[in-house]
Amino acid sequence: MNNKTDERAGQQDGSPAARSFSFRGLIRTNPGDFIFENVTRFFAFLVLALVFLMVYEMTVQSLPAIKEFGFGFITSSDWDPVNNLFGALPFIYGTLFSSLGALLLAVPLSVGVAIFLSELAPGWLEQPLSMLVELLAAIPSIVYGLFGIFVMIPWLQSDIQPFLMEEFGWMPLFEGAPYGFGMMAAILILTIMILPIITSISRDVMRSIPNSQREAALALGATRWESIRIVLTGSKSGILSAALLGLGRAVGETMAVTMVIGNSADISVSLLNPAHTMASVLANEFAEATSKLYVSSLIEIALLLFVMTLILNAIARAIVWRMTKRYSTAVA
Amino acid sequence: MMNTGALYTWRKSKNIAMLLLTGTSLLLVIGVLVLILTYTVSKGINYINWDLLTEMPKPVGESGGGMANAIVGSAILVALGSLYGIPVGLLAGVYLAQTERGWFARSVRFLTEVLNGIPSIVIGVVAFIVLVIPMQRFSALAGGFALGIIMIPLITRTTEEMIRLVPSSFREAGLALGLPRWKTTVSIILPAAFKGIFTGIFLSIARAIGETAPLLFTALGNRFWSTTLDQPIASMTVFIYDYARAPFDDWNQQAWAASFVLIVIVFALNLIFRLVTRKTYTA
Repeated sequence: MNNKTDERAGQQDGSPAARSFSFRGLIRTNPGDFIFENVTRFFAFLVLALVFLMVYEMTVQSLPAIKEFGFGFITSSDWDPVNNLFGALPFIYGTLFSSLGALLLAVPLSVGVAIFLSELAPGWLEQPLSMLVELLAAIPSIVYGLFGIFVMIPWLQSDIQPFLMEEFGWMPLFEGAPYGFGMMAAILILTIMILPIITSISRDVMRSIPNSQREAALALGATRWESIRIVLTGSKSGILSAALLGLGRAVGETMAVTMVIGNSADISVSLLNPAHTMASVLANEFAEATSKLYVSSLIEIALLLFVMTLILNAIARAIVWRMTKRYSTAVA
Repeated sequence: MMNTGALYTWRKSKNIAMLLLTGTSLLLVIGVLVLILTYTVSKGINYINWDLLTEMPKPVGESGGGMANAIVGSAILVALGSLYGIPVGLLAGVYLAQTERGWFARSVRFLTEVLNGIPSIVIGVVAFIVLVIPMQRFSALAGGFALGIIMIPLITRTTEEMIRLVPSSFREAGLALGLPRWKTTVSIILPAAFKGIFTGIFLSIARAIGETAPLLFTALGNRFWSTTLDQPIASMTVFIYDYARAPFDDWNQQAWAASFVLIVIVFALNLIFRLVTRKTYTA
């Protein structure tokens, strides 16, 4: 019925709008299209439902802990499963300390590598190097952990940490004993692990800056570095979002950190002391948690971790989307 | 005149200094990464032997033995994950590729990114809540469920991207021949994007097989032969985790050898993806 009237309307006035409307009407009458579209839509809906299910389940399961400790869960540093006292502050502190420390080391290095790859490297070198960096992002975290335990820790223990204590022992940052296992090892392994992602996103962002900008700078007599500064200014927000994605990765990284951080629920400013992160306490204690409140507290930590990475990813995504929009409209 | 000269020298030396600095950071980063890779590979090759792949773990204290049960366990876990991860990821990807606008498609696209960024240990916690608590025990099913969630966003994204890479003239040709839209998609677009989608699935398998954190308290691990789905099951990654922390040299060496096997699998799947997608779409 509808189609017929549409078609007639199209014939009568012949305006493009009317014709295209009737075309859409015709397509919709095909039952196959209707089924196909709704089947695929259903599966897309499943993805959406999955995320909501995750949030719902975690919230419900952490209710006992939320009711028992309230806001104090985040501010208390008592983690005492024997007496059923749970405060997540040591883990939140450890997560923030280790991932921000790793970010501090990784961003300058990654941007340096990205500059080299996008601005300086000759074509034959750029491809294999980029591929190497990307392959390294694919190495499972457990392998980094293995490397951490058997290569990095002995090295830290016998060479680096005694030296740091000797020279900088007066700083609170380097107080303690050279265990090897501890915050320093965690920061270093996280740095290595988030280098590839920050590098490859920064490189992509810099490459998206139009060549005319570089040429304009060079034509005005700028040195190579000054033209790179122009590129960097243009890709500032992209590099920021790369850093946020790297931070999100570091915050959620579990195995490698668990294997090298020493697992101790103490809050300390020293890089040498063993610590714990939210992810590592889950990996260590979840399977053995006995009391209901214990499990519930661990699930609340998982929920907090989820919210943290969600916020980081959302901000990073928003920046990327705004950037791509700006550039696509600039091109058009 | 002199002043300009001094400024010029200053700018010139700053230029050289900064370029050297980027070069240094490149050498440092590549150096560390190559070190990790060569170290793992050389250690792994040293310790790998036939027993590792075919034998069962020996009791604590005895040397030798292997991870045959862990290899089979990993395969079972990934297969379980693929069982629902692949269809959901694939069809959601098809939907997103066909539907550019609208709040629904936009939010699914966003949540796919969210899902991709969720730490895998959190996904393990969810699998624990959904399957381990009701079943009252650790099981292969719970581990497979966790791995499936990890695979979905990767498959959705590559599927969407690969379909979008198919030239729109393909779609127009199909529609011009009078095919309905769904038939155009199924018999023209999907075959054209098949290679990319297929290897994208490889990529998600590579990611799932390397995951440890979500298995720690879902599939748990098992020192014995088990293929029963509602019982704890061994996996290569948990095997590495346990053997790396054990106080026996022999076990530590087996951990190195096992991670070599893992890296070979992961790299092979990644390389296939890269080679295939480059050949098909950059030309």
